[in-house]
Order: sequence, then structure tokens, then C-alpha cells
Amino acid sequence: MMTADLATSLSLAAPELIVAVGAIVLLMLGVFSGPKASSTITGLAVAILIGALAWMVFFVDDGKAFNGAFTSDPFARLMKLLALIGSVVTLVMSVGFAKAEKFDKFEFPVLVMLSTLGMMLMISADDTLSLYLGLELQSLALYVVAAFNRDSVRSTEAGLKYFVLGALSSGMLLYGISLVYGFTGHTGFVAIADTIANGDRNLGLIFGLVFILAGLAFKISAVPFHMWTPDVYEGAPTPVTAFFAAAPKMAAMALVVRVVSEAFAPMHSDWQQVIVFISIASMVLGAFGAIGQRNIKRLMAYSSIGHMGYALVGLAAGTLAGVQGVVIYMIIYLAMTLGTFAFILAMRRKEGNVEQIDDLAGLSSTNPVMATILTILMFSLAGIPPLAGFWAKWSVFLAAMEANLFALAVIGVLASVVGAYYYLRIIKIMWFDEPAGGLQPVAGELGLVLGLSGLFTLLYIVVAGPIGAVAQTAARTFF
Amino acid sequence: MLTGLAAAFFYLFALIAVASAVMVIAARNPVHSVLFLILTFFNAAALFLLTGAEFLAMILLVVYVGAVAVLFLFVVMMLDVDFAELKAGALQYAPIGALVGIILVAELAVVLGGYALSPNVAASVAEPMRDLAERHNTAQLGDILYTDYVYAFQIAGLVLLVAMIGAIVLTLRHKEGVKRQVIADQVARDHRTAIEVRKVESGKGI
Repeated sequence: MMTADLATSLSLAAPELIVAVGAIVLLMLGVFSGPKASSTITGLAVAILIGALAWMVFFVDDGKAFNGAFTSDPFARLMKLLALIGSVVTLVMSVGFAKAEKFDKFEFPVLVMLSTLGMMLMISADDTLSLYLGLELQSLALYVVAAFNRDSVRSTEAGLKYFVLGALSSGMLLYGISLVYGFTGHTGFVAIADTIANGDRNLGLIFGLVFILAGLAFKISAVPFHMWTPDVYEGAPTPVTAFFAAAPKMAAMALVVRVVSEAFAPMHSDWQQVIVFISIASMVLGAFGAIGQRNIKRLMAYSSIGHMGYALVGLAAGTLAGVQGVVIYMIIYLAMTLGTFAFILAMRRKEGNVEQIDDLAGLSSTNPVMATILTILMFSLAGIPPLAGFWAKWSVFLAAMEANLFALAVIGVLASVVGAYYYLRIIKIMWFDEPAGGLQPVAGELGLVLGLSGLFTLLYIVVAGPIGAVAQTAARTFF
Repeated sequence: MLTGLAAAFFYLFALIAVASAVMVIAARNPVHSVLFLILTFFNAAALFLLTGAEFLAMILLVVYVGAVAVLFLFVVMMLDVDFAELKAGALQYAPIGALVGIILVAELAVVLGGYALSPNVAASVAEPMRDLAERHNTAQLGDILYTDYVYAFQIAGLVLLVAMIGAIVLTLRHKEGVKRQVIADQVARDHRTAIEVRKVESGKGI
């Protein structure tokens, strides 16, 4: 009996096994082939991640594995697909930076792979124990890559700050998990939901829920647990920042969605208050905090805080349309973020990378193609129709209206009007300011990512139907 | 209750454990303190053995004696800490120490009071294990860890791997110009390459 179980479990977790074994093999390869092999290993890491992705899309069915610790369903597979795309694109984008900035250590792709493995385990977690272990695997690798440029004071500061605050949030998460375990007697999400549905909700459970949400809010950098974000985004090497902004957000958001709509589904009114609060706070702080920023990485940090707030609007609705909205929002956010970071990585002068917004002055005359694509991305991030960002906001706000959360939707729209200011300011600086010296030509892989992202953002309306259908299938997992 | 030989051994180990614990804080030489700490660990492990918890006994020795105490010894011996100076101001912290002690005793009283007050406690902490005579507890822990929790166990292993990679990536520096021993080259040398015969003219060096 045991062997049959194990065979099913292993086949369901095959993509994770590919990534795990691949990371270990690449680690060995890197150790024995010396420091020169780092770009080869990055290429192999990309190949393995794409292999795991393809295997997952074509061969993995629905089901539960390892005594309910691991689940494979449409939602998990879609979010894993997004996380894997985020990781692959980040690795591809890091190659040029690695050569130019002495960043070429083979441990980077290995750590990114292990972190991606953690994300996949988080997304598939169906038990508080596997939730926590996946989260720690992902976070621990992220702490290390944040401090990867160890000779830079800002990078080490970023790593240390992220580590200390991350440890604190893990503590809160564990405290919440232990309270929930104490009051329900279960660690599995389904069993927790059954126990809550059959018994009465009590104060201890609510405490546990709030602590768990606090720990998870830290990982998606939602207000009031956002303090680390601007400093870490600014201090970490740019490919690492791109990674932080893309893949881990997918995994953490998936985890928030799964925890509240699976384990705590019977306590809908309790978690809804919390989600509404952190959503409003994130949207408002993201909009106002970014106004004074001069560094484009810091600006993107506030932008990501705001976008997590918008995505949570859909979750607050707690309906099928709401979760569908969250999924659509995350797909579009991923595309826009990767494009913007491809642009930031391409901001190179002869003397090295530049990060100030003023360095973009007059880009329209020196490099019109880049300026046009960034303009599209910025309009989309601001939510101007008919670009992708508008449809993302449309889907979550519509879900909130249907769930009678009018105040939340109105505040969201107002916050996005305020937020439009700083996106438009970048466009103004590029098109109407005096040129401040052009940038170097864009490397091939960055140009490809930038072009694809711009194209997706511009022509989202064409693929909106299929993406909406896929997102609905994913959201149906919970309803 | 323990009787006979078991009781005698219990009192022997308990007495040595308490006495050596007192010596840990009383010894003037910090190295002696650490050695007394190791003695305390050994006696605590023996007490675990008496209660049938041989897995805890082994872990205590492997982790605390094998790793933690050795680490303490390293720190004590490598860092030149003047313990006499550190201890000089210790008495002024006595009130805080006493407060912490009182709180701990109160908490212990609450926990132990639970046994007396609630009749259900004994039932709810009943061991979910098979009889120790049937299968000893190390084997029982292994049964669960490698079947029901194999998934969590393996991920925990990966987390430790990441910790190891991280520690090496962030701290290891390759020094330039360090001469390393290449054993293959050494072994491959023979008398023709190792010795050179030269004619030295008298009155001159090489």
C-alpha cells in the first residue's frame, strides 16, 4: 500500500523533484568546475526550470500527495507556472549584469532554483507544516541572494534587514500556526476548515488567524509589514531585486489566497476585515510613498506595495470572481514587473548601471524605442485603458463591487489616481526634459524581455478571453 | 516510582548533575566551567536513559556535548575574555535575576497545578506511542519520520543545505597567492627532477 501511495505522491511532485535534484546536481557541477562555469550553470538552471515547467503543464494531474501535505490543483499549477516564469526570466536577465558587475558566481542560479523550489512547495502546501517549510526554504535563499554582493555595504544591509525582519515574521507565523493547531487539533487545511465549520469560532482561533495573516503579509510586503521593501529593493543587486519583485510575490499571494479560502473559509467575515484593512493601507501607502522617490528601484518597491494592495481587493471580495481577479492581476503584474526590471537592468552608461530617475531625462530623443516601451509599461502600471494594467484593476474592482465592498473599490480608484502621478512623472522626464546623455544599447536578452512584456501589455485585450478562462478554472479550485 | 537499583542510580546521577551544575557557575576558570557543563549533560542523558527515553539521551550527547559544548570551549579558548571582570558587576543584576526566577517558579506551579486541578490532563497527554517493550522509541520516531513525515523531513534537509550554501557564499574568501599542497605533483617527482647536481667553483656561491 505504502509503495503505491509513494509512487502517486512522487508523480504529483515530479516538477519539484526535477528542480530539487537539478539544483543539487548544478551545485556539484559548480563546485567541481570552478568559478568560470557560472554562465553555463545559469543556462543549465534555466533549462531545468523550463523542463520542470513543461513537465508540470503536460504530465501532472490533480491530487493530494504525502498524506495531504502537498496538493496539485489548477490553482497551484497556474501559480507555479507564474513563479517559474518569473525565475526563468530573472535568470536570463541576470547573465549580462553578472558579466559586467562581477556578479558571476555559480551559487546565484543554484540559490534561485532552491528558492523557486520553496515557492513551488508553498503554492502546493495543503498543511501548515509544509506551508512553513516551503516558506522558510524560499526565504532563506532570498536572504542570501539579497546580501549576495557582499562587498557592498548596501547589499549586506539589505540582506541583514530582510533576514532580521523575515525571522520576526516567521516567528509570528509560527505562533499563529501553533494557536490554530491548539484550537483545532489539526495541521491540514481541509481538516482545519472542517473543525471550524463544525465547532464555534473562538478568540484563540481569531488570534491565530491574525498572526498567520501578519506573517504572510510580510512576504507580500503589504502595509503595515512593508518597511523592509524599499531598502531591500534599493540595496540588493538589480537582478535580485527583479527576482524579489516577481516570483516570490506570486508564491506568497497564492499562499494567502489558499490559506484564507481553504483553511479559513468558514471564518470569512473575520479574515475579510483584515484583508480589507491591509489592502487599503497598501494601496494608499504605495501611492503616496512613491511620490518623493528619486531612485527607480525604490520607486518600484512602493509600486509593488501598492499593486499587492490592489490584488488583495479581489481577495477581500472572497468570491469566485474575486479570486479570479487576483489571479489575473498577478499574471499582468508579473508581465509588467519583469518588463520594467528588464528596462532598469538596461539602464547602463559607460561607467556602469544607473538607477536615478533623472538619468532617464530626454530618453525619447536618444533611445526612442526603449522610451516608447517604458511609456507603455508605465501607462499600464498606472492603469490607463486599454493597456493590461487597466484590465487587472478592472477585474478586482468589479469583484469588490459585486461583493458590496463599495468603499474599498472607491478608495482603490482614488489611490490609483494618486499613483498615476509618479508613473506619469517618469514619462514626462523621458519625453519633455533635456537629454542627460544617452544609455548604452540594450543587450539582446533584455531587449527580448522588454519587447515581449511591452507587447503583452499593449495587446492584452486580444488574449484577455483565454487568460480570464484559465484564471477562472484556477479560482474554481476553491469554490 | 523508582525502587532498588534504579532508584540508587537515579540519586547518583541527579546528585552529580546538580553538583556539577553548581560548579558551572562557581568555577573560577571558564574552561573548568565548560567541562562541568559537559558532565552535567552526561548525567542528564543518563537520567533520560533511566526513564526509557534513549533517543533524547543520544541527541543530548550528540548535539549538546558533541557540538554546543565544543563550540563553547572554542569560544572560551579563542576569545580572551576576562571573566573575573565580567563577574565583578554580576551582583547588581541579582534583583532582576531573582524576579525572573520567581516568574519561572510561578509558571511551573501553574503548569503542575494543572495536573491537580484538571482531571482530563492525564488523558490528553497520554502517549500516542506503542508500548516501549514492543518497539523502542528511537525506532518508533524513525517509523513516523520516514513515512508520514518524509516530505517535511526532506524539505528540512534542503533548508539546511541552503543555510550551508549561504554561509559559504557570504563568508568564504579565496586568498590570492596561497601555496597549496599538490600531492600528485609531489608523488610524481623522482630523483631526476628533485635533485640537481651542480659544479660549484671554489670560493663562489651558486
